[in-house]
Amino acid sequence: MAKILDITLNGRKRADAVPNNLLLLDYLREVVGLTGTKTGCDGGECGACTVLIDDRPALSCLTLAASVQGHRVDTVESLGRGGHLSAVQRGFHEKLGSQCGYCTPGFIMASVGLLRRNPNPSDTEILDALGSNICRCTGYVKIIEAVKHAAQLQAAGVAP
Amino acid sequence: MDALPDFQLLRPASLGDVLKARTEYPDARLLGGGTDLMVNIRRGIVAPTALIDMKNVTELRAIKADAKGIEVGASVTLTELAEHPEVGKYYPVVAQAAAHIAGPTHRNMGTVGGNICLDTRCIYYNQSEWWRSANNHCLKTTGTICHVAPKSRGVCFATFSGDLAPAFLTLGAEVDIIGAAGLRTVPLNSIYIGFARQDTPVTETFGDGKYYLSLRPGEFVTAVRAKNISGLRSAYDKIRIRRSIEYPVAGVAVALRREGDNLVDLRVAFTGTNPRPVLLTGTERLCGRTFDERALKGLEELVRDQVMSMKTTFTPGHYRRRVAGVLARRLVTRLFNS
Ligand SMILES: Cc1cc2nc3c(=O)[nH]c(=O)nc-3n(C[C@H](O)[C@H](O)[C@H](O)COP(=O)(O)OP(=O)(O)OC[C@H]3O[C@@H](n4cnc5c(N)ncnc54)[C@H](O)[C@@H]3O)c2cc1C
Ligand code: SF4
Ligand code: FES
Ligand code: FES
Repeated sequence: MAKILDITLNGRKRADAVPNNLLLLDYLREVVGLTGTKTGCDGGECGACTVLIDDRPALSCLTLAASVQGHRVDTVESLGRGGHLSAVQRGFHEKLGSQCGYCTPGFIMASVGLLRRNPNPSDTEILDALGSNICRCTGYVKIIEAVKHAAQLQAAGVAP
Repeated sequence: MDALPDFQLLRPASLGDVLKARTEYPDARLLGGGTDLMVNIRRGIVAPTALIDMKNVTELRAIKADAKGIEVGASVTLTELAEHPEVGKYYPVVAQAAAHIAGPTHRNMGTVGGNICLDTRCIYYNQSEWWRSANNHCLKTTGTICHVAPKSRGVCFATFSGDLAPAFLTLGAEVDIIGAAGLRTVPLNSIYIGFARQDTPVTETFGDGKYYLSLRPGEFVTAVRAKNISGLRSAYDKIRIRRSIEYPVAGVAVALRREGDNLVDLRVAFTGTNPRPVLLTGTERLCGRTFDERALKGLEELVRDQVMSMKTTFTPGHYRRRVAGVLARRLVTRLFNS
């Protein structure tokens, strides 16, 4: 059983026939071929699959593709244009917020979601906003620094 | 990529269409944010043949909250509830409980209906298919024994872990339930039937960790509602293994009124401890005087008698009961003295 899915994915409208039982995560990775979004667990526990649905972070591993009909979805591939990193990407790169990198797309999208709502977050607000994401490598301190750095880059107009 | 079992997916936009979908697909499961149900489908714990996505049902998306009362539709998200200014102002216990659920991304997805009707949890149940089959399953699914209490006669002790229920129970909330037979409004406490009594068979009013809700086939929750009680002070707190993202080891909601030096009304409710959220009974015996050592002792006894100590989670059962008691004591003391 399938449905036609019309979505705005990373700013571009597209339509695909998707089976009812296709997860948004598998749609992005297997149907569209955007493999930036990661699978880290079997059920909502790690945040590696985080994408934005209408600017709000959501877990693509627990979302049915057919249920984002008519919505906007942004993945990590929406960031960085023309060879230039976005502010949050630069933040993670320059402050070493990423080590093995597996959790990074999820953390980046949760951070982008935060900065769209709150361009100048405090440490606690950053901690709260990243509460659904798990990183085995960095110890989180570098990630918090990365998000603060990203907010500064954005405020200074250095990176989008 | 493991494919999920195939199912029909319905995406009604109105309550009428939900009811129609329910008649057409009597075995359909309701899908809120899917933060509980999708996990269980992915793990092969349940395999519904049809899902009804509740997120677009306009009638169920509203929060009404003011000095008179609070009414929350089943499809409201936890983020919307936690961030609602009037809810935070007049019903702090509800806003705090909502803000304590899972992590921020989960709260963008999870709904109030899904939280109120959340499936019960157990270390032998919330596991992958291969884990459960290696362990010969258990009573709550297709197995024949309970691994938590192997001598139990057909009783499951899986734990109710939703955080909103205890908060609303301390406000004396009621729920609207709709089904083919129409709408009925019942006390929230009456939908939770997970008493898990060895001596009574499972009925419509007495269940266990497997039959934990009194909803009849085809029925579902549309709203939860409570009146404001003037002078009521309330708050929520919980202990979990990881502070940012985890089900409760124990969660407690407290609401109380103080007149002069006396405690005149005390409501304490727990989650994460029993197959149902537990609104402590007998708290009126602690009222009518100040909240002192004697009252603390009395509260401890009520917790000991009514909070279960089965090991359905990583922590020992008696630890969970201790933690529940300590959380309650701290919260009652703080609210009484605030
Ligand atoms: C890592 C993780 C941590 C979590 N931590 C917590 C926590 O700390 N506290 C907590 O309470 N929850 C926690 N959850 C569970 C969950 O996120 C929330 O309880 C959420 O509110 C569930 O709502 P939902 O809309 O996603 O439910 P769904 O998964 O969509 O549904 C849950 C159940 O309710 C039924 N249902 C849905 N809507 C209705 C309705 N209107 N009437 C009747 N039945 C209905 C569904 O059929 C299903 O059986 C956690 C989940 C994860 C993955
Ligand atoms: S309490 Fe027993 S029957 Fe219930 S889920 Fe756990 S092991 Fe299974
Ligand atoms: S893949 Fe782990 S939360 Fe989605
Ligand atoms: S960088 Fe390795 S898990 Fe986060």
